[in-house]
Amino acid sequence: MELTLCHLYPELMNLYGDRGNVIALSRRCQWRGIRITIEPRTLGDEVDLSSYDIIFIGGGQDREQRLICSDFRFKKGASLKEAIESGCVVLAICGGYQLLGRAYITLEKEEIQGIGALDLVTYAGDRRMIGNVVIESRVDGLTGTIVGFENHSGRTYLGDGLSPLGKVLRGYGNNGEDGTEGVSYRNTFGTYLHGSLLPKNPTFTDHLIRLALLRKYGETEITPLDDALEQAAHREAIRIAGEVS
Amino acid sequence: MKRLLFFAALYISKILIRFLRLTGRGGSTLPGRVARRVYPGILRELAAQPRAVAIVTGTNGKTTTSTILARILRETGQSVVHNSSGANLLSGVTTSLVSFSNLRGEITADVAVLEVDEATVPIVLDEVPAKVVLVTNFFRDQLDRYGELEYSVSAVKRGLSKLGPDAKAVLNADDPIVASLGEGLSAETVYYGIDDPRLLHKNRSHASDVKHCGGCGAPLEYDGYFYAHLGWYRCERCASRRPWPHLAAENVELRGGEGTTFSVKGHGGRMTLPGLYNLYNAMAALGAAVTLGASIDAALGAIESFESAFGRMERLSVQGRKVFMALAKNPTGFNQVLSTLFRDGTNAPYLMIAINDRIADGKDVSWLWDVDFEVLADKQLEFVVVSGLRAYDMAVRLKYAGVSAGKISVEPGLPAAFTKAIASTPQGETLTVLPTYTAMLELRQYLVRKGYTKAW
Repeated sequence: MELTLCHLYPELMNLYGDRGNVIALSRRCQWRGIRITIEPRTLGDEVDLSSYDIIFIGGGQDREQRLICSDFRFKKGASLKEAIESGCVVLAICGGYQLLGRAYITLEKEEIQGIGALDLVTYAGDRRMIGNVVIESRVDGLTGTIVGFENHSGRTYLGDGLSPLGKVLRGYGNNGEDGTEGVSYRNTFGTYLHGSLLPKNPTFTDHLIRLALLRKYGETEITPLDDALEQAAHREAIRIAGEVS
Repeated sequence: MKRLLFFAALYISKILIRFLRLTGRGGSTLPGRVARRVYPGILRELAAQPRAVAIVTGTNGKTTTSTILARILRETGQSVVHNSSGANLLSGVTTSLVSFSNLRGEITADVAVLEVDEATVPIVLDEVPAKVVLVTNFFRDQLDRYGELEYSVSAVKRGLSKLGPDAKAVLNADDPIVASLGEGLSAETVYYGIDDPRLLHKNRSHASDVKHCGGCGAPLEYDGYFYAHLGWYRCERCASRRPWPHLAAENVELRGGEGTTFSVKGHGGRMTLPGLYNLYNAMAALGAAVTLGASIDAALGAIESFESAFGRMERLSVQGRKVFMALAKNPTGFNQVLSTLFRDGTNAPYLMIAINDRIADGKDVSWLWDVDFEVLADKQLEFVVVSGLRAYDMAVRLKYAGVSAGKISVEPGLPAAFTKAIASTPQGETLTVLPTYTAMLELRQYLVRKGYTKAW
């Protein structure tokens, strides 16, 4: 079996170690004998995103996010929308998550268009939401805790038809108000969690791999791995988040 | 009345400094803050007294660079005062100047070398008449405290714009963001850098931050990278390029843990501090010292005799083993330490890594995924003991970097981890210890208690 992963703007959208997610996905495939190819796609590349099994986009600083904004909208947007609707596995972190939405409203009430793949809107805030996060997910196949670290001033609100990735147990989440964190739509997941996210949440990583294999091969079983270290890090993160709050 | 308040502020602050020191708390913030509350003009008055003030800022290397600079100036016969690295915010700088002054409110030193946090540079420059502002580099570091790199850069830029024509900005030519700060200043610019194409790499490491022209935003073209985004670059669109350095290190020979030899304008130099990043620190200090009137020879002499700043790097002997401890606080710093230790021919098979997530370390440990630990996977590692509050995060990082699980052992408590690492290191061999900032402080406390080293 083999999977192809598209890493969008890896050199620009890699804030707070987001490439750790790609490392986690590729290692956990390799350890199971699943061949995985990573293809970076960046500014200027015209690309058919539905041909990939997994698409990853990380967060960026303001400067980088401004740089990719129009390329993302005009060169990748339509294709990514199609990929999302066709059940492609997509993981978007922080800035990448915001860009999937309809718009980003700056403090000056200026509206920056997203690609509108998901019905969510982000408002710039004047206060940064920083700290360890624990959420509880009810997403089918992914029930349980997810841990990470958030650092954002944008406040994201989901449209009525969308479900969050999870409920906030510790931290701020999407907007610090409604107790939701992230988004889950078909096989697409958006979240504010860095950490890096996937290495400490092996269940989440495996869920993504399983979804990708299911779409491509109709396969649902994957070989279990020894996750003692990952689970210990996960438990520690929950403990530390508890102490902090 | 003004005089009275000045002395009231000075004495209260001095008493507080003494009190905090006697009670073993050190603490550099409170005395300065109180002094400023009593008499807001205190920093301005004290800072006006030395013949020259040099400010050192930038993400990495501030402490090492300012310590080398102070050393060079001292060896050229000047009296120098120099703040400690923990005192680089406004109140800390004030505390330092209070402690440098005598009871008559005078600072008799010729030069004050002040390490200043990037975000604090513009407010310090409102009150301190700096002759020289030295900027080392800009890297992503502890973003959770300051928001974004852009903020640090714009703060330093605002600071530099306040300098008059008699002041000088000493800037790293090889760092495109630092170099771009030199445009449009009233102050004169002095650039330093490395002129040795043999050291240029074609590929960028993962942790590098900047790839776009400071002038027009177009992607920068690189002839090569020294490390991270430091290198020889140019912008195809607006034709801006790396400035020609006034003072450059040439004929550079990196000898791993043995140090480095190089030359500047034909004068031979040698330093015991290892790694390219320390060569930048030395060149930065040399640039500032020469700008302040030192000769290149005198500067090189002082650099040669320089050992290490503030335990950033330290060699000890413990129970018949050698211990080499080097601070590794952010991705670029860590990558530099790793590439110095694992340069061809040298190796560090007995390893301990200690990661804390206290405020001074950065609360977010995501940065571990920006460090290229993959270099360890194919090396002759005997073991890695991981420790600290985030020991498990580090263990997972190593596992995913390809280090075999059997070689990784997790021991969150620092003394226990150190004891275990020492016991596993054969007699006469070197244990390499790479801690984050607070893990280093904690570990040092233990080592001092055990009598293996002295307190700072």
